[in-house]
Amino acid sequence: MSDVTDATTGKRAPTPDDALRIADSKQGGPVLAADGTPLKRSLARALRVQKLRALALIAPLLIFVLLTFIMPIADMLFRSVENSIVSNTLPYTTEALADWEPDTGEAPGEEVFQALYYDMFLAAEAKEHTTLGSRLNYENSGISSLFRGSGRSVDDVGEDQIDMLEDQGEHWEDPAFWYAMMSGDGGATDEGILQQQRQRLANLTSDNFGGEIGFIPGAEIAGILPRTVRAYTAFALFTAIADEDVVAEEEPWEAVKVALIEDLRTTDLSGYSGPGAAELQEAQGALADAEPISYRTAFEGMDKDWADSDVWRTIKIYSPAYTTGYFLNAIDMQKGPDGPEARPENQQIYIMLFKRTLFMSLMITGSCILLGYPVAWILANLPARSANMLMILVLLPFWTSLLVRTSAWKVMLQQQGVINDTLVWLGLVADESRLVMINNQFGTIVAMTHILLPFMILPMYSVMQTINPTYLRAAKSLGATNWTAFWRVYFPQSVPGIGAGSILVFILAIGYYITPEIVGGTTGTFISNRIAYHISSSLNWGLAAALGSILLAVVLILYWAYDKIVGIDNVKLG
Amino acid sequence: MSLRAMNHRNPVATHQNLRLGFDIKRRRPLRKKHNGEIALAAPNGNDAFVEFERVQKSYDGETLVVKDLNLTMPKGEFLTMLGPSGSGKTTCLMMLAGFETATHGDIRLDGVSINNIPPHKRGIGMVFQNYALFPHMTIAENLSFPLEVRNIGKSDREEKVKRALDMVEMGDFGGRRPAQLSGGQQQRVALARALVFEPELVLMDEPLGALDKQLREKMQFEITDLAHRLGITVVYVTHDQTEALTMSDRVAVFNDGRIQQLDPPDVLYEEPKNSFVAQFIGENNTLEGTIKEVNGDIGLIQLDDGGLIDAKLINVSKPGERTRVSIRPERVEFNRDRLQEGVHTLKAEVLEFIYMGDIFRTRLRVAGNDEFIIKTRNAPDQVRLQPGQQIEIGWLPQDCRALDA
Ligand SMILES: Nc1ncnc2c1ncn2[C@@H]1O[C@H](COP(=O)(O)OP(=O)(O)OP(=O)(O)O)[C@@H](O)[C@H]1O
Ligand SMILES: [Mg+2]
Repeated sequence: MSDVTDATTGKRAPTPDDALRIADSKQGGPVLAADGTPLKRSLARALRVQKLRALALIAPLLIFVLLTFIMPIADMLFRSVENSIVSNTLPYTTEALADWEPDTGEAPGEEVFQALYYDMFLAAEAKEHTTLGSRLNYENSGISSLFRGSGRSVDDVGEDQIDMLEDQGEHWEDPAFWYAMMSGDGGATDEGILQQQRQRLANLTSDNFGGEIGFIPGAEIAGILPRTVRAYTAFALFTAIADEDVVAEEEPWEAVKVALIEDLRTTDLSGYSGPGAAELQEAQGALADAEPISYRTAFEGMDKDWADSDVWRTIKIYSPAYTTGYFLNAIDMQKGPDGPEARPENQQIYIMLFKRTLFMSLMITGSCILLGYPVAWILANLPARSANMLMILVLLPFWTSLLVRTSAWKVMLQQQGVINDTLVWLGLVADESRLVMINNQFGTIVAMTHILLPFMILPMYSVMQTINPTYLRAAKSLGATNWTAFWRVYFPQSVPGIGAGSILVFILAIGYYITPEIVGGTTGTFISNRIAYHISSSLNWGLAAALGSILLAVVLILYWAYDKIVGIDNVKLG
Repeated sequence: MSLRAMNHRNPVATHQNLRLGFDIKRRRPLRKKHNGEIALAAPNGNDAFVEFERVQKSYDGETLVVKDLNLTMPKGEFLTMLGPSGSGKTTCLMMLAGFETATHGDIRLDGVSINNIPPHKRGIGMVFQNYALFPHMTIAENLSFPLEVRNIGKSDREEKVKRALDMVEMGDFGGRRPAQLSGGQQQRVALARALVFEPELVLMDEPLGALDKQLREKMQFEITDLAHRLGITVVYVTHDQTEALTMSDRVAVFNDGRIQQLDPPDVLYEEPKNSFVAQFIGENNTLEGTIKEVNGDIGLIQLDDGGLIDAKLINVSKPGERTRVSIRPERVEFNRDRLQEGVHTLKAEVLEFIYMGDIFRTRLRVAGNDEFIIKTRNAPDQVRLQPGQQIEIGWLPQDCRALDA
């Protein structure tokens, strides 16, 4: 290759070796490839093709991992700060609350309660108010029942006024009449309101509210009765899409009538001649001296907690779409009037759980190293046949269900279990003072060490297998005793295996769930058990996501620290 | 005699002269017994440094890998174990180093039986075939390791390491890791490490096996040079016969778990004691036949195609016995003028003439053997034989050795 000769001129054609030779001869200055481009660039170009080809090969895996791993993690990270449920469920209320000062200690004014009425009514129709109630209950206990109760009685607000309206004639209970009036009966229409309400319902229910509903609000009536049209449009969307009924055949909600009563108090009907103009004027006249609806009184009548400024503060604090609340909660803090503050002593739990998880994972990793190293060593130094036999024994636990193994430990360790029985029989332990070895940290560490041991042995074994036994012989021939030869020569070369095994075991342990759940009792559970609780029982997914994100961060930080201290290229899996 | 002088230039002899310049006291004159054979064992016991006595070794309890090994080495000797693969060389070395135990027999070092001394107390330096430099230590740390385990002080250690590295011209490489060195450099470091704690005995198991030819030749010289300068005793294992011949004071030819012959290189080459050694060392022409007459140590051999030749009887003696005669290509003469009066000659046909620069190599058909080679020196008056030419060849009876068939 180095002697490519040009036959016609007898000169040697440039070869890649030339470039290297040039590189050797002149130090400093950019090194040029044979065709005059900088060597670095032409090398990069050559490597790029290789990289692309390699990328194409791993593309299926990459896509798989992206879909099934990266995206869920991203979703989890997002969920841990995402908080649009408040502003989605109570859009008008949160808007109206913007001007309210929580520090006054007073509940907000009438306009906030009015906004709350419309929000609550729609949420109750969509049965979303309880979800928000549970969400806010994490921050301020009691809100859940407050919301549930209010959702039930929100229909009754403005009863008297509605009765008065309906007394004006049958048409106020006639679906067709309402439909004609609200759609403007062929006149100009207002698509904007429809879009707006579609979006609002979509946010509220997380369902799709797109599609034809057979109703478009009229533009003229929308100018005169804005609240009514808004409420009716929401009603129409909900009827057509959620209930799958015909809008023109359903009587509108109480909220629509309340909105009309409210609108009639202020609007000027003189220029209006569309459908229902006469009826509207008649109603406005009749209701003119009716008492205005007091929303605040109505809500306070449902539950006196609505007068409590604390409830309102919670709603206001959690009204932005993103919140640090879950993270604060995950580190035993909460949002107070003056920024983050520690939770009351009796509610602090997560920091302790994180500490316990780290401590126990370290203990498990440590005992796996101690127990696994000699086994791996024997495996690596036995003749192939016996090594295979032993390897099967090491892998045997993998063939048994995790649940079975964990339950077996329960049988072994419990107070009436095999170990205690044996100890009592041997007379080492008195019958009345049997050892407590399960449903505590000890039980979890024992069971998890057993379960994770293969993950420690396998990488250690594969590293030890590559250590040539002549190194030990060489060390001994140089005068080292067996111990020195092991400690100075063999052990350092096996450290990459220990590193790989430790990372594997530690990371598996820190997120372990089933075993601590079964044998951990109350003192031996991990943070993951708490995460599982929040995901499946308390349904506080945001907090679960925040805890999970912190766990992820802790693992990454430890990984980084490990890289700094030991060096990640010192980790070998084989 | 003139024929011998002309055709045989012993490379070993020149090399040995060269080495003698470094260390004169080292060499014990090789004793010739009255019959011309070289003593196998050192003549008196006090002189023996390494001794194998009736050593046997079996790994599996069924076959003997080493059968009845007897070997005595004086201090300062460079002994090479040479033999085909699987002949038990490494096994012998491992028994000496203490990594294998002899199944039977006694191994003594400086008069003390070492069968029960653990390897790390034997104080034997060892160079492994794959060098076995500790990959996680730098070169300097590798060298200081044997000193540390001997509790030698830091400054002393550093000085010795430096001296050892300088000795193998690797002084600038102390900070590197083994993986950052070339094969030859690693080899030199391995040598330095085996020597740094000043062992009196150094074992080397095919240390040059992985190197290319040029580097190997250079290292061969460096190793012998060093060994003789330091006056250490070396047991060297190889299956490269040139290496064995050029480096050693004595060569032990192994086959089938036994030492077939143990002699200085020149003796080994010129006076092989059986046909295995004759075949194994150097190039050799063989002809088969039967002993017809015996005159002292010279016999008349009738070849299978009827031709008659004279040959020195080595390990055959009775008329009628089958024999394989062996003759070195450079000892064959085809110029009638240079042959003694009355010697037997054979007819030969030239098959091929190969010009090799310093020598000519001619392939002949002799007594039905198509692979009969002769080598002649490229001299101005030398005849270049043409293929198809009919010639007569002959040799001194002493150069033609009748061995076991
Ligand atoms: N640990 C062992 N267990 C069983 N048999 C072995 C062992 N080591 C070597 N042998 C056998 O002993 C015989 C001699 O082996 P040894 O390694 O001594 O040969 P050697 O002369 O060094 O060969 P080479 O030139 O190929 O290195 C061989 O047949 C080999 O198969
Ligand atoms: Mg060998």
